[in-house]
Amino acid sequence: MSAKTISTSTIAERSVGDGLRFYGIWLAGIAVLIVLPLIFSSGGSLTSFSLIGIAIVFALSYNILLGQTGLLSFGHAVHYGLGGFAACHMMNAVVSHGWPIPLPFIPLFGGLGGLAFAIIIGWVMTKRAGTVFSMISLGIAELVASSSLILRSVFGGESGISTDRTALPKILGLSFGPQLQVYYLIAFWLVISAIAMYALTRTPLGRISNAVRDNPERVQFIGYDPHVVRYIAFCFAGFFAGVAGGLAAINFEIANAAYLGAIQSGLVLFSTFIGGVAFFFGPILGAILVTYLQLGLTSVTGVWQLYFGIIFIGIVMLSPGGIAGLIMMHRPLVRAKTLPTVIPSYLLAAVPTLALACGVILTIESIARTHSGQGSPINLFGVAFSPASPVTWASAAILVAGGFFVARLSWRRVGEAWDRAATVARDRGYLA
Amino acid sequence: MTAAIEVRAVEKRFGNVDIIRDLNLSVAQGERHAIIGPNGAGKSTTFNLISGHIKPTLGEVRLNGDVISGLRPFEINRRGLSRSFQVTNVFARMSVWENVRCAVLWATGHRYAFWKNVDSLPEVRERTAQILDDIHLTHRRDVPAGLLTYAEQRELEIGITIAGGATVVMLDEPTAGMSHAETDRAVSLIRRLTEGKTLVIVEHDMSVVFGLADRISVLVYGHIIASGTPEEIRRDPKVKEAYLGEEAH
Repeated sequence: MSAKTISTSTIAERSVGDGLRFYGIWLAGIAVLIVLPLIFSSGGSLTSFSLIGIAIVFALSYNILLGQTGLLSFGHAVHYGLGGFAACHMMNAVVSHGWPIPLPFIPLFGGLGGLAFAIIIGWVMTKRAGTVFSMISLGIAELVASSSLILRSVFGGESGISTDRTALPKILGLSFGPQLQVYYLIAFWLVISAIAMYALTRTPLGRISNAVRDNPERVQFIGYDPHVVRYIAFCFAGFFAGVAGGLAAINFEIANAAYLGAIQSGLVLFSTFIGGVAFFFGPILGAILVTYLQLGLTSVTGVWQLYFGIIFIGIVMLSPGGIAGLIMMHRPLVRAKTLPTVIPSYLLAAVPTLALACGVILTIESIARTHSGQGSPINLFGVAFSPASPVTWASAAILVAGGFFVARLSWRRVGEAWDRAATVARDRGYLA
Repeated sequence: MTAAIEVRAVEKRFGNVDIIRDLNLSVAQGERHAIIGPNGAGKSTTFNLISGHIKPTLGEVRLNGDVISGLRPFEINRRGLSRSFQVTNVFARMSVWENVRCAVLWATGHRYAFWKNVDSLPEVRERTAQILDDIHLTHRRDVPAGLLTYAEQRELEIGITIAGGATVVMLDEPTAGMSHAETDRAVSLIRRLTEGKTLVIVEHDMSVVFGLADRISVLVYGHIIASGTPEEIRRDPKVKEAYLGEEAH
């Protein structure tokens, strides 16, 4: 890879403009959070936005481990769940003791719950990275999940611990009964947590976490104990996962065993990876997409997990950098102004790729609906297909085979257009 | 004056195999000391033993008079000993700037700080910029280390090694795989950057060794057979027989 051409041009570009753009992105994000419920004010969208906000905090906390420190955890929901239980117990205690703690402070206690457990188990867990860490995280997750059903006084057994968020002392006259108020509470904590987690990446600890991820052996020869670095990062991840759990407890007014189970741990891994671990905003995109799909797909298909699986495999195989990686790939092209040369090939490839996707969906739904015996028609872009009809199967077969054949040709074109654009970008001094 | 490095009767056994036996080595303060020897003589193992990468089976290693054998690599590093690696060992996905800055952080006292913005630490920025300038990689500061050319990675490796301000610097084959021109550049770089420090270097290129070192130790089969000035080593019959004779050019 010829990176030699990169020179003073990129250094000179770092300027006041970059600083403005940086703060601009954050302010734009905050503005979107404030305005969203004013545009989409239905109860359904408010609930979705609230869930997405929680998922973003959770996914960002997971990326402290996966993206920043290189730790693949299979049990991150443990901290989320314990944060949720801590928040529920705290809310109930506040109400029964009459403590003057209003609801907006409760996520902090959720965070402390997640942090406390991280402090206790983290030292042993982070002794080694890699497979050892992953396996221990899986074991701990199972241990906590099964304890949650046994220790009834703490976890409330099958039914969980419920609470009433409106019973806490009011602040600024807010009861937090309406979903809109809860949304803004979540948005507030989302902003605080996101800023804090971003700031963390810009500290000495954050930079050394990256170094530990890249090369734990070498870190030891520049004065650092990688075990300590991993441990502190693990504690931060546990804290912010706990904050997310606390927000969930406020939103649902309950914490139960499902919070800390394997499904929850899988979902956060899934969101973070799909979004892209190499960039700070990756998990945000992933959390938005996955939560949105989860809410949307469950209402239209019974086999939504299958689609999740396909998406996950697709991302892992075709774009290991996730959505953020795909977006950031285009940055040199934008800078070198060669992006317009690849757009036509994208549009051209979109048609057969969409046809292929439709064929796959038809196939999956035909099989799933015929087998489940419900046989309800498949509605695809306003066209209804009967799952048991040979016409549907024929259409599916044609779409899959034809779509794949044409799509492959079009993907090749994308590749060629991309190579040309990237070469020009490199020649103009932008790293691609 | 106490020696910078003192290796006393060190032995390293892997299973039943003696890799290092009865190793004695003394490097004076401010000395440039080269370790030479045929392939498989245990040069890199010696480095690993001194820097804490592996622990000796027997014997002890002292740094400025204090026993360091048994300490962990980062504890030894914090006492002022830094080493490079024979196989380039950088932080591949981080930029050149970030690589050097990470190596500066501990020494400037920032340690595990998570309450300071790393970009607004003037002494860290200045020292990083200085080292990048020293290793001639300022123009490559934003390139991921994994994308550097081989020679540049070797220079970065040296930069990371000296960035923490260690007084004892150990370089493991810093010019391996380099062209003549690159080697010359690297040698003058090493000479300049280790001014006033103690340097221990493992090297195969005899012109580098005899040009750079104040003293040379010859390691054969895990045992030092001779130690002395370049002149003494050149004349030593044992060395001629064991090592230089085979590779005379």
